[in-house]
Amino acid sequence: MDLSAISPALLIASLMVAATPLLLAAIGELVVEKAGVLNLGVEGMMIVGAICGFAVTVETGSPFMGVLAAMVGGALLSTLFAFLTQFALANQVASGLALTLFGLGLSALMGQNYIGIKPPSMPRLDIPGLSDMPFFGPIFFAHDPLLYLGILLTAAAWALLKYTRVGLILRAVGENHDAAHALGYHVIRVRILAIMFGGACAGLGGAYISLIRVPQWTEGMTAGIGWIALALVVFASWKPWRVLLGAYLFGGINVLQLNLQAAGIAIPVEYLAMSPYLITILVLVILSADKSGAPASLGRSFHASN
Amino acid sequence: MITLEKRPQPSQFWSLFTPVLAVIITMIVGGLLFGALGKNPFEAIRTIFYDPLFGDFASYSRPQLLVKGGPLILIAIGLSLGFRAGIWNIGAEGQYIVGAICGAGAGLAFYPIESIFIFPIMVICGAIGGMLWALIPALLKVKFGTNEILVSLMLVYVAEQLLASMALGLLKNPEGFGFPGSRNLNDYPSASSWINEGFGLHWGIAAAFIAVIFAHVLLSRHIMGFNIKLTGEAPKAARFGGVNPTRLVIFCMCASGALAGLAGLFEVSGPSGQISIDFNVGYGFTAIIVAFLGRLHPIGILLAGLLMALTYIGGELAQLTLGLPSAAIQVFQGMLLFFLLALDLLTNFRIKFAVKGAA
Repeated sequence: MDLSAISPALLIASLMVAATPLLLAAIGELVVEKAGVLNLGVEGMMIVGAICGFAVTVETGSPFMGVLAAMVGGALLSTLFAFLTQFALANQVASGLALTLFGLGLSALMGQNYIGIKPPSMPRLDIPGLSDMPFFGPIFFAHDPLLYLGILLTAAAWALLKYTRVGLILRAVGENHDAAHALGYHVIRVRILAIMFGGACAGLGGAYISLIRVPQWTEGMTAGIGWIALALVVFASWKPWRVLLGAYLFGGINVLQLNLQAAGIAIPVEYLAMSPYLITILVLVILSADKSGAPASLGRSFHASN
Repeated sequence: MITLEKRPQPSQFWSLFTPVLAVIITMIVGGLLFGALGKNPFEAIRTIFYDPLFGDFASYSRPQLLVKGGPLILIAIGLSLGFRAGIWNIGAEGQYIVGAICGAGAGLAFYPIESIFIFPIMVICGAIGGMLWALIPALLKVKFGTNEILVSLMLVYVAEQLLASMALGLLKNPEGFGFPGSRNLNDYPSASSWINEGFGLHWGIAAAFIAVIFAHVLLSRHIMGFNIKLTGEAPKAARFGGVNPTRLVIFCMCASGALAGLAGLFEVSGPSGQISIDFNVGYGFTAIIVAFLGRLHPIGILLAGLLMALTYIGGELAQLTLGLPSAAIQVFQGMLLFFLLALDLLTNFRIKFAVKGAA
């Protein structure tokens, strides 16, 4: 075993890359849950975003078009969920599961001609001087634009929820939809918009995996990241900055276990690969005692006649 | 203007008719999808739903209906108990894998001794393996209030890694020339679950039918079944009525885990034959669709399981004869669940076409 091969600067830089898809999807889901909707279809929306982004990038040659397509793909799929839960008043748990099962199938169908292709890569930030700095350069100034977008999105979600009128309406709808309705807010409309925002974020997270982190297309490549994103929202007690912290923590664990695999540590590869999932469970156990941050109307359907 | 009016009681008629309607709509929309993929929609639908039963190769595909339907029904019966009470075990795939590993491991430990006791021991180990795997989310839920959906799902990924480790390490065939995968249990008569391979009959199918009967009796005659239904329909009334939620969670999770573990064991000692990296084909997830399509009712699940098995076999046939991509059938199954959930609106609400402002 050779641990000296693991460089701290590169480790931190790559953990930021590993954390970004999680962060993007989890911030989206946080906004959805703040509006009182539990969308368990994150995994499905991510994988559909991953293939939409990949396919469009390969066809057009432009990663930015691909990213846009991923957001549209994720949002479109989420409208299915919105229709089921907001108009047809279907059970949110079942509808979310349906979304994931459907998304996994749909992405496999869409992606069958894209296996083994390498997409055009996304340009990285390169500021002469800053990006070449030892240690801090690779950590802060040499990433792709989406990584910075993820951090920006966290800040935006935090500010929106905390300081704006829109955020207040969103939280009102999530805490007590009957009261929000009585005040004249359109509960269903707010929730549909939140669900679509969550879908776009999940799609973006998926595209980050297929375009930047891996970058190639394989079936089922999200490998449970959508589900970990759901766990992350609980872990963060519905607070955006804690989502960022949690995402980096999980990213760090993942990168560390991959580095340990590469360094040839005496633990079998399969047991190291289990670790992100086991740690997710452990964290859920430790933090699930505190449910004070959960929106009060989470997972409940709203129908104006009741 | 269309308005919805909540029915005082769910409609009996729509409750039975929505699954049928959902299947019909899925066939139509699925046909359009296959048309968009450049296949003749009518031929595709016929290949999937008619040919496996009455076509030229029906004598081969009819037994497959039991082979594929058995595990789906067995798992879905277990899941339906929890789903009825609002306990969401969606990690059946993981319990299926662990059941298979434990059962096959127990069998392989006796190799090459022949005895009639070996298969029953494997069955017990398979059920216990699946049950223990499901007990993890159950205990975490009752002790710490942890979300069972996320924990049971995370454990699927853990189980998949465990399977890889077993197939490459502990259970690897010592005479397998270094290839991954265990000994083939079909070459070990005492550990085989086949009753008659020609009819597609193995002990898993017998177990599925027994499970259907047991679940039916449990839900209609036993106090536990009553408590499950009560908790699902009126949680507050259940709590006042003295239903112990802890016992209910443990019971539902253990039952579904044990049944999923059994399904895994019967699969690995029969149709699949060996523990290999990818012997699991997602029955644990498809069973969720089966449970809903069967309205969480044992008889409904029996029919839904056979129908879903038909789409698997028909999908394979369409892949062979029409070149339909295998993922298309996965989309088809997902769509079915969508339409079913959407149409459920008709069960619980009355749709009224009224002029706006007339009320």
